[in-house]
Amino acid sequence: MRDKLSREHEVRAWRFVLPALLWTLIFFVMPFGFMVVMSLWDRIDNVIVRTWNLNQYREFLLKPYYWQALVNSLQLTVTVTLVSLVLAYPLAWIIAMRVPERWQRLALLLAIIPFWTSYVVRSYAWLLILARNGLLNKALLATGLVDLPLEIAATRYATVTGFVHFFVMLLTLTIYANLKQLSPNHVRAAADLGAGPVRCFLHITLPLTLPGIMVGAFLTFVLCIGDYITPQILGGGNELVLPQVIMMQISRRADFPSAAALSIVLMLVVSLVYLLCARWLRLERAR
Amino acid sequence: MKTSAFISTLLCTVTGLSLSSAVYAVDEINALVWCDHTDPEFIEPFEKANNVKVNLKEFEGTGAALSIIEQSQPGDWDVLVVDGVDVPRLVKAGILGQMPAEALPLDDFFPELLMEDKHVHDGKLYAVTELFGYNTIAFDRTRVDPQDMTDMTVLWSDKYKGRIALYDWYLPMIGLVSMGLGKETASLSVDDLPEIRDTLFKLKENTAQVTDVVASQTVLATGEVDILFGGGEWLTAVLSEEMPDLDWVLPEQGGLRWSQSVGVFADAGNPEMALKFVQYIVSPAGQAALATSSCYWAMPANRQTAELLTAQQKSALRWDEQVEYLSRAQLYPEPGGELDEAMQDLWNEMLQQ
Repeated sequence: MRDKLSREHEVRAWRFVLPALLWTLIFFVMPFGFMVVMSLWDRIDNVIVRTWNLNQYREFLLKPYYWQALVNSLQLTVTVTLVSLVLAYPLAWIIAMRVPERWQRLALLLAIIPFWTSYVVRSYAWLLILARNGLLNKALLATGLVDLPLEIAATRYATVTGFVHFFVMLLTLTIYANLKQLSPNHVRAAADLGAGPVRCFLHITLPLTLPGIMVGAFLTFVLCIGDYITPQILGGGNELVLPQVIMMQISRRADFPSAAALSIVLMLVVSLVYLLCARWLRLERAR
Repeated sequence: MKTSAFISTLLCTVTGLSLSSAVYAVDEINALVWCDHTDPEFIEPFEKANNVKVNLKEFEGTGAALSIIEQSQPGDWDVLVVDGVDVPRLVKAGILGQMPAEALPLDDFFPELLMEDKHVHDGKLYAVTELFGYNTIAFDRTRVDPQDMTDMTVLWSDKYKGRIALYDWYLPMIGLVSMGLGKETASLSVDDLPEIRDTLFKLKENTAQVTDVVASQTVLATGEVDILFGGGEWLTAVLSEEMPDLDWVLPEQGGLRWSQSVGVFADAGNPEMALKFVQYIVSPAGQAALATSSCYWAMPANRQTAELLTAQQKSALRWDEQVEYLSRAQLYPEPGGELDEAMQDLWNEMLQQ
């Protein structure tokens, strides 16, 4: 009787889990498997040849501009993550600790308003601001702060600006949520024991909000390193990041094996970063 | 009574569904096209005249088209617009079907645009040119000396350093640079690449941006750059009324002629209507609408179209110079697998400089 009940529980549990399992199988495992298979094929004279080999991965190792694209992606992503963090933390702290409780919801709403516009439109809007004849240069020239327009558009600075605008909002949300969970008693106890505000922040608040920081930073890293649109619009094609190289393989040459291999390299980098984050900073504490 | 009412309803539903699917099959065609075909001014007259719905899917680049076709079922697509130079490989892959040459006004075409080596295989016609144009030099005549633009080599001198954008497409750009070096695009080989590389890298030093189609127009129109190397009528002509200072020219070294061809899929679900659509596209009315579409302008392949273009449109397209321009233009390089890869590697290397 007991066995029968537990089997019924098991069957019921599987029924609950099944849709999620199927979803993952159809929309992640199968496409990923196909991508792995494709990356092990070759393309000779514009035709995909279905013979198993590691040529695409060998190409990645041998061609310097592939490496350069990966280095550009990593440099860009690390810069964006750090700058976003430096801007988002104070913003989240001010909203959580200094803005009166009844205004906090409005403050958060104002902080995430940029999410409401299209990502592409937002990137083009930045182009209008940062261009040689854009709003920023017009203002700088009008006020006499510069004699010649600054070259910001079509540089890495422009790409970083576009990304940071987006990711500051994301990090603000994750850090704010973490700050709100903190008990004020920790800081009060440290103050009672003689710690000043800076020491309280460095030894109490900051370590306790590391999970929020890491979750936000990891999401920023993943979204930024895989993004194609912002570097394409704001970067001016003056340097390539890996997603741009992947797109070129597909749209220009229909070289799916190469694109698949580069995508897997990108996934490996993200997986590696995840392992590093989880191991060093105990990402699981964020749960 | 209830049973008979139910059966009647069922019959009506089944009949209705059958009829609607029959109507759907006859009165719809699906076309894979470039953005110029989506202009209502072009597409609506054909739909009204033939009581047909043309479902259009835009794509950029033959690679993207091939990936769409690969993911489709036979019969999904009826009409395909594609780069003229890519027609042979689509014929070889069995994607394009034969078209009756006598049903198309080929005698009215510019002779260079018949492109029989691309469109005709074993004596059978598989595609026709609909539009053409040039990858050459587009510029703002108020900011540069128009006379300078007639010599391509000025772009890799220092005169316009920092004021140039490059069109981000390795084939025409490597072709253009090779023409600037006095080479024939049709006979390029791996041995030519070192010399092209040096010039390309010098060009990159003078370049402010490397831009895709949309950005190419934006940077020229907003004054971000003064010269768009690789641009042509497809960038400036559509803006000619609002921005008459934007111009293009074929320099003394010539330019690269691009062309877009149209064909019917070998496994088209509605081949009769698909052929009618192709006939409309190459008719003077279809050509005039397509040549001045809201997406971009280009030269119509059918010479009879001139009668339907205004003086302003002809001026923006440099219509009167076409005979001379066609004689000086070369076609895109058509590299084999190894050379193609070497060219793309060279371009990517240049981008990373």
